[in-house]
Amino acid sequence: MGASQTRPEHNYDDLTDKSGFSQEQIKNLYQRFQQLSGNNEKISRDDLERIPALNNNPIRKQIITAFFDKRNQHQNDVGSLDEIGFEQFLMVMSHFRPVNSTATEEEKASVRKQKLRFLFNMHDTDNDGIITLDEYRTVVEELLSQSGAIETEVARAIADAAMLEVASTNVPHMAPDDFYEGITFEHFEQILKGIEMESRMYIRFLDMNTATMRCGKLSS
Amino acid sequence: MPSRTVSHGSSGRLRGLFLVMVLVFLEGSVFTLAVASSDQRSPTTAHSGGHKATDHGSHNNTGKAFPVLDLNYENVRVPFEISLWVLLASLMKLGFHLVPHLSNIVPESCLLIVVGLLVGGIIRGTGETVPPVLDSKLFFYILLPPIILDAGYFLPIRPFMENLGTILIFAVVGTLWNAFFVGGLLYGVCQIGTESTSILSRIGLLQCLLFGSIISAVDPVAVLAVFEEIHINELLHILVFGESLLNDAVTVVLYHLFEEFSGIGSVTLLKGFLGVISFFVVALGGVLVGVLYGILAAFTSRFTSHTRVIEPLFVFLYSYMAYLSAEIFHLSGIMALIACGAVMRPYVEANISHKSHTTIKYFLKMWSSVSETLIFIFLGVATVAGPHDWNWTFVTVTVILCLVARVIGVVGLTFIINKFRIVKLTTKDQFIIAYGGLRGAIAFSLGFLLEKEHFPEREIFLTAIITVIFFTVFVQGMTIKPLVELLAVKKKQEAKRSINEEIHTQFLDHLLTGIEDICGHYGHHHWKDKLNRFNKKYVKKCLIAGERSKEPQLIAFYHKMEMKQAIQLVESGGGIKMPSAVPSTVSMQNIQPRPPTKPAAERAIPQLSKNKEEEIRKILRTNLQRTRQRLRSYNRHTLVADPYEDGLSDLLLKKQKMFQIEKKLKEMNTYLTVPAPPPDSPTMCRARLASDPQAYSIKPASNKVPMIQVDLASPQSPDSVNLLDEFGQANQQEEEEQGLMMKPPSRPREAKKPGEEDEAKDQQKLMRCLSDPGPSADEDEDGAFLP
Repeated sequence: MGASQTRPEHNYDDLTDKSGFSQEQIKNLYQRFQQLSGNNEKISRDDLERIPALNNNPIRKQIITAFFDKRNQHQNDVGSLDEIGFEQFLMVMSHFRPVNSTATEEEKASVRKQKLRFLFNMHDTDNDGIITLDEYRTVVEELLSQSGAIETEVARAIADAAMLEVASTNVPHMAPDDFYEGITFEHFEQILKGIEMESRMYIRFLDMNTATMRCGKLSS
Repeated sequence: MPSRTVSHGSSGRLRGLFLVMVLVFLEGSVFTLAVASSDQRSPTTAHSGGHKATDHGSHNNTGKAFPVLDLNYENVRVPFEISLWVLLASLMKLGFHLVPHLSNIVPESCLLIVVGLLVGGIIRGTGETVPPVLDSKLFFYILLPPIILDAGYFLPIRPFMENLGTILIFAVVGTLWNAFFVGGLLYGVCQIGTESTSILSRIGLLQCLLFGSIISAVDPVAVLAVFEEIHINELLHILVFGESLLNDAVTVVLYHLFEEFSGIGSVTLLKGFLGVISFFVVALGGVLVGVLYGILAAFTSRFTSHTRVIEPLFVFLYSYMAYLSAEIFHLSGIMALIACGAVMRPYVEANISHKSHTTIKYFLKMWSSVSETLIFIFLGVATVAGPHDWNWTFVTVTVILCLVARVIGVVGLTFIINKFRIVKLTTKDQFIIAYGGLRGAIAFSLGFLLEKEHFPEREIFLTAIITVIFFTVFVQGMTIKPLVELLAVKKKQEAKRSINEEIHTQFLDHLLTGIEDICGHYGHHHWKDKLNRFNKKYVKKCLIAGERSKEPQLIAFYHKMEMKQAIQLVESGGGIKMPSAVPSTVSMQNIQPRPPTKPAAERAIPQLSKNKEEEIRKILRTNLQRTRQRLRSYNRHTLVADPYEDGLSDLLLKKQKMFQIEKKLKEMNTYLTVPAPPPDSPTMCRARLASDPQAYSIKPASNKVPMIQVDLASPQSPDSVNLLDEFGQANQQEEEEQGLMMKPPSRPREAKKPGEEDEAKDQQKLMRCLSDPGPSADEDEDGAFLP
């Protein structure tokens, strides 16, 4: 009962290796983890949903789900968890580390792939390896959900158009009866070539100041 | 063969003729200008003499002969000369591009300076005095604002904001470092390196520092002129360009500071401290003034829906007023102008019509182009005009110091900056940034403003400034292009923004904001998100008229793309030509989920023989003008008659009408004798129709030209008009939008008629509105304000 305030030191090295964070970053994140979980060992979905700042975020459901998605744990597992421990929390966070400027091209490519994989998993909710039109439509609808009364037709039109674009760039010649199943991971990589993921998808962890962390109304 | 050579020869001869004409005109205009500028007194005396004579004449009543042809140049002198100069500048611009290969080797700015030199030389050669054309007032109030406004209005906000820290450090710290380094060392050289009787040793420290501050600022005009032609990647472009814009505040402060100090002759600590404060006042005050005028402009544009013609005028006027207002208080006019343009743009663009947008864009480009040309020509003329005082030591030391200071500054600052950046600046980047620090006409004008009483060494300064300008523009300007190639610096990516990238950029923004919230870390994304929400909730409601205030950015982007696609489609004349880079045969049908298998009897599409298919295809190809069989684009457009002109209310009306028609058609499905394919979205049906030749099986026996309604976008998008083919209007409208394969009962036809007529009218309107091809396809500056 009750969490120990500081984890035993040897665990930190373990985590450093696995997640790539430094000791200080892990300490900061652990403090945050304690705050979120109310000093328990595990975080559940409710803990994350209670964060008030997330209320304005149109894709909060997907984000929260991503934390509990086993696929993001680098372990070739599928399915979802009900609660996550600190280590799993760290593993999900490690997707948002900035890439080292001294990294070689292959390392950069692999980091990029990893981040794209995270995004892909967020879209591909049924885990069949492709993003179907319905899933993509859901994505666009969620994105536009906070913008007031948007007719679903427009959202669908946008999703259809985007899908068509993916299909056109990746499989240019299809007979009229062929059916484009959905966006595979390779196609996904292809269409997002223009965005430099490794430099855009990161959070500056180093200056995380615990004093500014507010969980809001996480009373008791 | 012979015909080709003849035509080639004639075009070559035409070119030559044009060049000769330009040269003759040039000579003539130069001569006129020279004569005109010097003949100031003689015409007036002649005039007064003439008046007296006529007076006497009227008194005596004998009267001279009535002057049938009279010469009166004085009245039109000033406008005439101005027009001549502008015409000269424009003809020069034309001429350069006619000479083959010249524009590839030598940047335009160099050529223009040479032309200025020539003109000045010719004027001097004919014995007249060269007119002092680069008057500081003219430069700062007339020639400079269009260029800066053009830069500010089309500033790519996202990269600018992302690199703001870096840009500010280069602009402020870099310029300060340059100024003090050059000024200080120059003073040292003057004191130490020369004999005490030489004029140099009399130059005080403050004067040297003033000179240093004038010469150290990177010039936006020169940077724009050169960098436009080398197409480097966005990051470097925005770094150098942003620096050149933002260092104006530093230059203004330093200039006024040192000017005042050298008048007084001594500096106290208090004054130094006040100087620092005044820097903040100048910079932030300028920005504040700009933002104020920008908001005013945005607010005004909200009400212009009935007087579309003067919309561009508001944009120009408010911006110019911002500039002048800032200059009243000695604030930084350039920063005011940039802030005004950048702030007003997203709101104004949401309010004004499409044509006004085009007008603004073209006018800004035209004015800034003419201004730039004139500035460089005048630089050349002013060089010839002098007065010069060439001092070998001073000039060479200045040039060397400027280069050295720039290099050291950039390298040192990058070292510090790289500790805070994620995307570090490589050595190549640093080289380009250092090499791209060009000086230009602003430095010259500032030097020209110095008064001779306070600064006896004014001519030395001016000569040195001109030499530095020439050096940077000629040597650095000419060699930067081959160097960029040599170093294989990343070039600008020409790729257009795709809708997938847009979706994912937004997705990423939200994702990162969410992660930051989970971490409890109030970082970039958190604040950006807060600003966005504030903007959406309060600001947009105030400044954008009507419905557009609620349009989320993704949808706005989507509509913009549709519009562009539509315009492209019409421009290309439809037909076989595929304007896009990726011709593909993928259509909507391919991506829609396959319907669940149905019993064979329900398959609605009978198979056509190949012959019939070919026949029908041929008919379509030859007869229909505005259709495409396989649209490679991602959607089908239905165009509205100039939606931006008539306002959104019309659009919404049309949209509703379309909706009603769609609903009716859906109901009609049940009346068919042959069950139609399962009720898919209308998009799907449209798609199947336009792309599927089997759709035309509806008329297996008839030879009539099938009437196709090509819908270029899903009907739900507000930018919809049905593009009717004028050809088949007489024919039945069976094959309408829903791909009903078999002959439907007459009911749908009746229901459609009112809609059709309306659409026919739209067709006419469409032709008219699309006669203006609009802005060029390259609109990458249309990024969102708050992405």
